[in-house]
Amino acid sequence: MKALRTDTGALAALLVILIAGFGLYDPRFFTLDTFGSIGFQLPLLGILTFAMLAPIISGGLNLAITTTANMAGLTLAWVLLANGGPQAGMGAFVLGCLAALAVGAAAGATMGAVIAYVGAHPILVSLAMMIFLRGLGEFLTRGGDISGFPPVLQWLGYGSVGPIPVPLILFAIVAALWWVLLTRSRHGFATYMTGSNPRAAEYSGLPVKRTLILIYALSGVLAAVAGILMAARFSSVRVGQGESMILVTVLACFLAGIDPFGGAGRVIPVVMALIILQVLQSGLNITGANQHLATAVWGLFLIGVMILRSGRILAGLGLRQQGRD
Amino acid sequence: MRNLLRHQTELRLAIVLALICAYLGWNAPEFLTWGNLSRLLNNNAVNLIWAVGLLVVLVAGGIDISFAVAASVVQYLTAKVVFAFGGGNWALGLVTAALIGTGLGLINAALIHRFRIISIVITIATFNAFFGLLMYFTRGVSIYDLPDWWRARIFIFEYQRADRSWVDLNLSVGIMLVCVAATWALLRHTTAGRQLFAFGDNPEGARRAGVNIWFMQALAFGWCGMMAGIAGLAQVNIAREIVPNALYGRELDVLAAVVLGGARLGGGKGTVIGCVLGVLFVAVVQNGLNLMGVSPFAFQMIIGATILIAISTSNIGLGRRGVA
Repeated sequence: MKALRTDTGALAALLVILIAGFGLYDPRFFTLDTFGSIGFQLPLLGILTFAMLAPIISGGLNLAITTTANMAGLTLAWVLLANGGPQAGMGAFVLGCLAALAVGAAAGATMGAVIAYVGAHPILVSLAMMIFLRGLGEFLTRGGDISGFPPVLQWLGYGSVGPIPVPLILFAIVAALWWVLLTRSRHGFATYMTGSNPRAAEYSGLPVKRTLILIYALSGVLAAVAGILMAARFSSVRVGQGESMILVTVLACFLAGIDPFGGAGRVIPVVMALIILQVLQSGLNITGANQHLATAVWGLFLIGVMILRSGRILAGLGLRQQGRD
Repeated sequence: MRNLLRHQTELRLAIVLALICAYLGWNAPEFLTWGNLSRLLNNNAVNLIWAVGLLVVLVAGGIDISFAVAASVVQYLTAKVVFAFGGGNWALGLVTAALIGTGLGLINAALIHRFRIISIVITIATFNAFFGLLMYFTRGVSIYDLPDWWRARIFIFEYQRADRSWVDLNLSVGIMLVCVAATWALLRHTTAGRQLFAFGDNPEGARRAGVNIWFMQALAFGWCGMMAGIAGLAQVNIAREIVPNALYGRELDVLAAVVLGGARLGGGKGTVIGCVLGVLFVAVVQNGLNLMGVSPFAFQMIIGATILIAISTSNIGLGRRGVA
């Protein structure tokens, strides 16, 4: 428990150092523009990362999150187009969102069922689902993109309530719900127990199979939320959109100190890790670097953090006893 | 017979593949022609080289996400080196690509071993680092102006049939055969190969039995990196250009094919023949759909569904826990 708390502290310290560093380098970093762009860009990656979080806590991985998001976005787009496209009303939007969430839940539950009942490795199952959904989307859209949405999507992607971006509000709601789900619900408890030792969980009377199906179904639902947001942000839907974010979400989870073997991981460090990644990107932007350098820095940053966590540098300097080995 | 039973996944995959081939031979007469089969090999040589490289890492209980973008890095650096030598030749290209690839693999191995960080974390990090740095330094610009030896169509086998159509295997198939054979020899006929299985199955047990853990990680990731580099070199020969993001995203498709071939996520199990069958399975299904006139847009969907059905009806991919 203490280790987790210090981990959050370390991430917070890193964040402060980064912000101070960028601020000293270039005071423009402290303008509202920076924080506005963080507020609009972070939520999409953030919601996808939460879709990745619970599967990792349960000892798995869901590589199908972005393609699930694409399929959900397409579902929403079709419902909107069938109801007038740009003229589609609020009813069509709500119906489309519900259909999108249902598609996400169905894709996730299918994966969860194969993982739970066949016992196949989550990486392989979700990889196959990723290939399948990408193929299904390509087949249905012929590789093209769909656009022409009503203004409500524009508001969802770019609007603000007072000074707060709408996507950020959506992200906050998702984060809060996920926090409650993981720390205050029976399902959350079962998720951690399944992740730390599925057999022990089973013998203790926890419904491990049902838990796994629910984990992946909820992951699919969150991916669908991300898909809806993606449609709003990009004003169009295309299969393959956001695909480069899959591995970044895993990176964010690991940066947050989530155990790759399952059983541990919390919502707050994940939020911090996401803010760190976004600050790195915005900060590098200001110094004139492009997105690709930010990608590289994300990777190098993760390596650095993992090295520090391994305790071997500190041990070498005699600052800490040699850690786990 | 005992040997066959021990490799049930491979046997089953071979039977299914044979059935699909028979069906295609019957319903799409063009499938079983030499021209088509040689094309199938030419088009999949690069994937096969990657696949056997990845297999070694999986056997050793690791996973490598970074090999495909590492191959892109190798392509660029190799181009720089051969230009520095005034154009170079195949020997220089092969040695350079293999060395740079091995070096990138050893970066992974060193980080994994030195700091006891599991391979998926490190290779996802290096995946981002390699790709980001490559795109940053190249500014996403492709190289079209390559030395002649690299662009040249070289055939290791060609034969003109009575109807004047050509049956040919290009150089990448030859490179692939050498790589597959070398990996097979490594895993089956060397002490280090046996130790890789032991290490992948039970790292702590292997360590106590006197296996050099650092050597195991270095061998597995170095080999995978070397294969990635060689495959990168061969891919340029086929595509005749170097595009920095051309190989981005290929890693997951190769991973799916290798695991389909019976390699266990979590280590200690996997065969070269299964790995080859896994890649060929995906390739044949795609080729067959093409010949039967199915819309190309449906390929991926059918392949994904096939893999889902395959893992649901067999014990493929019954890995251990954790994203090893």
